[in-house]
Amino acid sequence: MRTALFSDRLVVAVAIIVALVTFAIGIGNLAFPPGSVLHVPTYVVSLSGKYLCYALLALGIDLVWGYGGILSLGHGVFFGLGGYAMGMHLMRLIGPRGVYGHAVLPDFMVFLNWKELPWYWYGFDSFAFAMLMAMLVPGLLAFGFGFLAFRARVSGVYLSIITQALTFATMLAFFRNDMGFGGNNGLTDFRELLGFSLRTDEMRVGLLWASGVAVLLGLAVCRLMVASRFGKVLLAVRDAEARVRFLGYRPESYKLVALVVSAVMAGIAGALYVPQVGIINPSEFAPMNSIEAVIWVAVGGRGTLAGAVVGAVAVNLLKTFFTTRLPEIWLFALGGLFILVTLLIPRGIVGGIVTAERRRAVGAAPIAGPA
Amino acid sequence: MTTQQGDTLLYLDGVTVTFDGFRALNTLSLVLTAGEMRAVIGPNGAGKTTMMDVITGRTRPDAGKAIFGDGHDLTRLDEPAIAALGIGRKFQKPTVFETQTVEDNVLLALEGDRRARRAFRFASTLPERERIDQILETVHLSNHRERLAGGLSHGQKQWLEIGMLLAQDPELLLVDEPVAGMTDAETEETSQLLVEINRSHSILVVEHDIAFVRALGVKVTCLHEGSVLAEGSIDHVSANPRVIEVYLGR
Repeated sequence: MRTALFSDRLVVAVAIIVALVTFAIGIGNLAFPPGSVLHVPTYVVSLSGKYLCYALLALGIDLVWGYGGILSLGHGVFFGLGGYAMGMHLMRLIGPRGVYGHAVLPDFMVFLNWKELPWYWYGFDSFAFAMLMAMLVPGLLAFGFGFLAFRARVSGVYLSIITQALTFATMLAFFRNDMGFGGNNGLTDFRELLGFSLRTDEMRVGLLWASGVAVLLGLAVCRLMVASRFGKVLLAVRDAEARVRFLGYRPESYKLVALVVSAVMAGIAGALYVPQVGIINPSEFAPMNSIEAVIWVAVGGRGTLAGAVVGAVAVNLLKTFFTTRLPEIWLFALGGLFILVTLLIPRGIVGGIVTAERRRAVGAAPIAGPA
Repeated sequence: MTTQQGDTLLYLDGVTVTFDGFRALNTLSLVLTAGEMRAVIGPNGAGKTTMMDVITGRTRPDAGKAIFGDGHDLTRLDEPAIAALGIGRKFQKPTVFETQTVEDNVLLALEGDRRARRAFRFASTLPERERIDQILETVHLSNHRERLAGGLSHGQKQWLEIGMLLAQDPELLLVDEPVAGMTDAETEETSQLLVEINRSHSILVVEHDIAFVRALGVKVTCLHEGSVLAEGSIDHVSANPRVIEVYLGR
């Protein structure tokens, strides 16, 4: 098991870089005063935390797409549901400090003239319960969806279209005020978490580090899954599903396990994301978001795990650059990037490195062997 | 599975399969006894592959019976359940897991618990490794165990797939055109391999290569338009005027 965990050098390298950079950004923010050369501004802390949440989402997508061949274009639904679970907890923590000063009801419910808390908001005042829901709700949705879709042998582009529809339908539902999730404004005005104000640098660094730990755990879980016999069967399902059936395996149960794990990871990512950006609204369910996440994985290199993290961070660095400097050309840049990667490094950044290494190893063999 | 040598292992009776009005199988009946090797020949479109699809649960027949061993109704089971009963299949086009090593291909096929929750295991066990060694030896791939299966030659892929069938250790092997695209030497070795495997397994082999079928020296069934045209020794079948007519045209 230990060899399985550490045998992929690229995954280990990415894990070490994530750990070091995350740690250094936090220390740079807290230990060095503004004005110092080593000081890291607070906005960089939050931005990095956001990137790490995207990286965790991308890892989940890589597990199902890169290894299981399931192209989900709707992973934003799991990310968003995890985010809403955290958002509901943060709303409950506002308590009587809201604009309308109601003891229990969040502002938007008072505004809608609601008299009492809907039953599905119960329990969210507890952190543990909210975190459980952030994993359980995406997990159960993935289980139900996967159970029906895989058993009916829906796959390929048909499955992708259904996942798009799933996230789109969820977005429309959450836009409605009477769903009880704040309608198109979503949930915002958060104040504190676990007794600490969300606006302090310490809290932001704490959330950044929590996101870093989550990414490391996500890498470890995915690595163990793909290195075990489960991973070998999953790869086989990706490459020749019918053949796997004739060997006596049930591909649907393998795909289902992968999808549920992936959805839970996306849920955790969403839950960590919301306190760092300070808002969750139905636009998180927009189909475009899910497609963008798939592009991160494609750019980084699918089926490599390391590539998911690299791709999510790299594409989002570019996105931050473009949307602050040249907002009008971001979508063209994203499209162009996708085309360039597809043409030049079809296996993505990390996949390209792996291929180049293998080629070098093969080329080097005759020199090393007896002449 | 408790079938004895000489008992009926596979019993197809009146099996009919229709695709959009086209009768791929037309009241096909075939009986295979345990321990037997049977060669199935027939022109393109005779229904050979569809017959295998019915036996392995990929296609549900419109009518007819398909019974395996002591009373398992194959028309009511799906592919993994039928595989678990002990029917293995080699496809016409060699289908191996190209992105995985030769060793892992055999490992995936080894008999054992197939459930997802039992799959969180890492190293293979000693008996598993010994069995893999033995199988790779049998199919002449011992020197290729670390190679990716996608890099093997066509003939080697065919053998790897036969090796995977051995690993699965099914009671009945369905082998679809095992020597397609092989050299004469490879064909010769494959027929020896099948005879060898037949000592402990029943085999149903579909093949166009009449020389190969003759070399096997087993009972032959000739299919035509979805039903049995002739059955018997290769000499008997190839002397049948209707078989000649079907193969050569009028």
